[in-house]
Amino acid sequence: MNHLILVPILLPFLTALLIMLPPIHYSAQRRRWLSMISTALLLVVSVVLLLTIKQQGLTFYALGNWQPPFGIIMVADLVSCIMLCLTAFLALGAISYGSAGEDEKGSFFHPLFQFQLMGINGAFLTGDLFNLFVFFEVLLIASYALLIHAGGKNKTRATVHYVILNLTGSAVFLLALAILYGTLGTLNIADMALKVTQLPDDNLMLVKAGALMLLIVFALKAAILPLQFWLPATYASASAPVAALFAVMTKIGVYALLRVFTTIFGEQAGPLQGLANSWLWPFGLATMLLGAIGVLASQDFRKLVANLVLVSVGSLVVLVAVQNTAAHAAVLYYTVHSTLICGALFLLADLIATQRGKAQDRLVAARRVNQPVLLGTLFVLCAISVAGLPPLSGFIGKVMLLQAAFGANGQYWLWAILLLSSLLVLIGLSRAGSTLFWRVSGMQKAEERVQPLQLFAVLWLLSASLLLMVFAGPLTELSFAAARQLADVLGTIQSILPGSGVLP
Amino acid sequence: METLFALCIGFLTACGVFLMLRGRTFPVVVGLTMLSYAVNLFIFASGRLNLKGAVVLGTSDSYADPLPQALVLTAIVIGFAMTAFLVILAIRARADLGNDHVDGSMPAPRHAKRERTK
Repeated sequence: MNHLILVPILLPFLTALLIMLPPIHYSAQRRRWLSMISTALLLVVSVVLLLTIKQQGLTFYALGNWQPPFGIIMVADLVSCIMLCLTAFLALGAISYGSAGEDEKGSFFHPLFQFQLMGINGAFLTGDLFNLFVFFEVLLIASYALLIHAGGKNKTRATVHYVILNLTGSAVFLLALAILYGTLGTLNIADMALKVTQLPDDNLMLVKAGALMLLIVFALKAAILPLQFWLPATYASASAPVAALFAVMTKIGVYALLRVFTTIFGEQAGPLQGLANSWLWPFGLATMLLGAIGVLASQDFRKLVANLVLVSVGSLVVLVAVQNTAAHAAVLYYTVHSTLICGALFLLADLIATQRGKAQDRLVAARRVNQPVLLGTLFVLCAISVAGLPPLSGFIGKVMLLQAAFGANGQYWLWAILLLSSLLVLIGLSRAGSTLFWRVSGMQKAEERVQPLQLFAVLWLLSASLLLMVFAGPLTELSFAAARQLADVLGTIQSILPGSGVLP
Repeated sequence: METLFALCIGFLTACGVFLMLRGRTFPVVVGLTMLSYAVNLFIFASGRLNLKGAVVLGTSDSYADPLPQALVLTAIVIGFAMTAFLVILAIRARADLGNDHVDGSMPAPRHAKRERTK
């Protein structure tokens, strides 16, 4: 039994409760420090868990010692551990940024943030589809409240849309779960993967319907083409630290797609194998293209960054559809890179907006920013990384994506659209950068300066790009190991349900 | 029984979807509530509909599946909390935006436009 698996869920939970108790709740400084220290601790725990899992292989924790398939289990494999580390890394940056003053614009910022971390971590660790739903709801209800943090008309409007859409998504999720439970008789992911192999022909279409309904739900969370219209408005209106954390929310959708459509409907699933691919491939490509067009068309910088999130989601989803080890490894590496850089860009957008006075982050001529050298340098670094220019991590990620598609059906479509969208992103970013920093008019008069914590947050997230480049060798090896473990469905079933050995 | 049950779920879903597509927040909230009722019934049915299924072991030949009942309980609780949140949010939106349209602004009615052009 490895109790360490539960810590990434319990730690944010207990921290959130502690922050709401009197000795800490009444002092802004204490709230901030507790929140930051706990998140740093979470990062340490996640890394330790990752190293342990790397040595031991897949491990699971049976709650209350109810053995699978009957009890609820938490499963830690390399994929979920990588995502945990990513979340903790991103969250530390976002909380540090929020602690510079953004958190006092509304109440309960830190507890909500921790509850959301709990939900995200739980979603990554769970080995049970219904629990995935529960953790989705935990992270969603925290995100609803965080989205409206600091108030304002735009936020309220965006939150109403976001909440209604996600409630509908939850209803569809439950329908899909009920169909799958009715046909497969279990909701444990490993057990479902096993039961799919013994499925009678009568139930085939039902299971397919359930699986494709799950696809709709995850596509809504990940913001894939026909279900992505909520994303730019929502992300652009959220306050900066919240938007930065939300950069990982779309990736949860991608993770769930990966989990369901490679483990449950993986190579062992017979006629149901890869049933989502024919949908994910074209819609992923279209999302990428649409995101790139959105980058060009954006009127303000935050919308532009939100469209960058769409581009990254599109390229990830296409690679999920390719279904080979190299593709999954590329997905993992690129997820880490794109999440952290998009988070950094959201924070940077807020820094730029506060220094430009009334113009905020709209891409129009306005007064000069107060610290053009500092913000400009950060902007260039972020832009280079997100557009995929060498030497930063975006380049390595893009190369991995392109290599993984080598030999796949429709490889040239992917290459063409990926490269074209990179070009469009580059054009959009250079246009935005030159407008923000060079098209200046009037005198500068405000004295807003970047606060040390804010600078630390952006540098922290940006340093990830550097680390991802310097340690590209070990990290790509790690993502390949994770992808191999993900593809090894039979091994997963064997280690979670050791008695079941009926597979060919 | 199956037909009646299926018809109920279908009717609730249809009403829910229709109401959700309305333009004001209150019908949308009611629509979501109806949809979640339909979903709850549907989850309940995934354990198969059977009469006189026993709950306690050793008391009968046929047993009810306990898991969908647990699932449906969870779904009810979560759905309830979310609906409560949405109601509060709708009131807040009404206060912040000055109207209860989901887009935050009432679309100009067509005949009004025509009158203006006259």
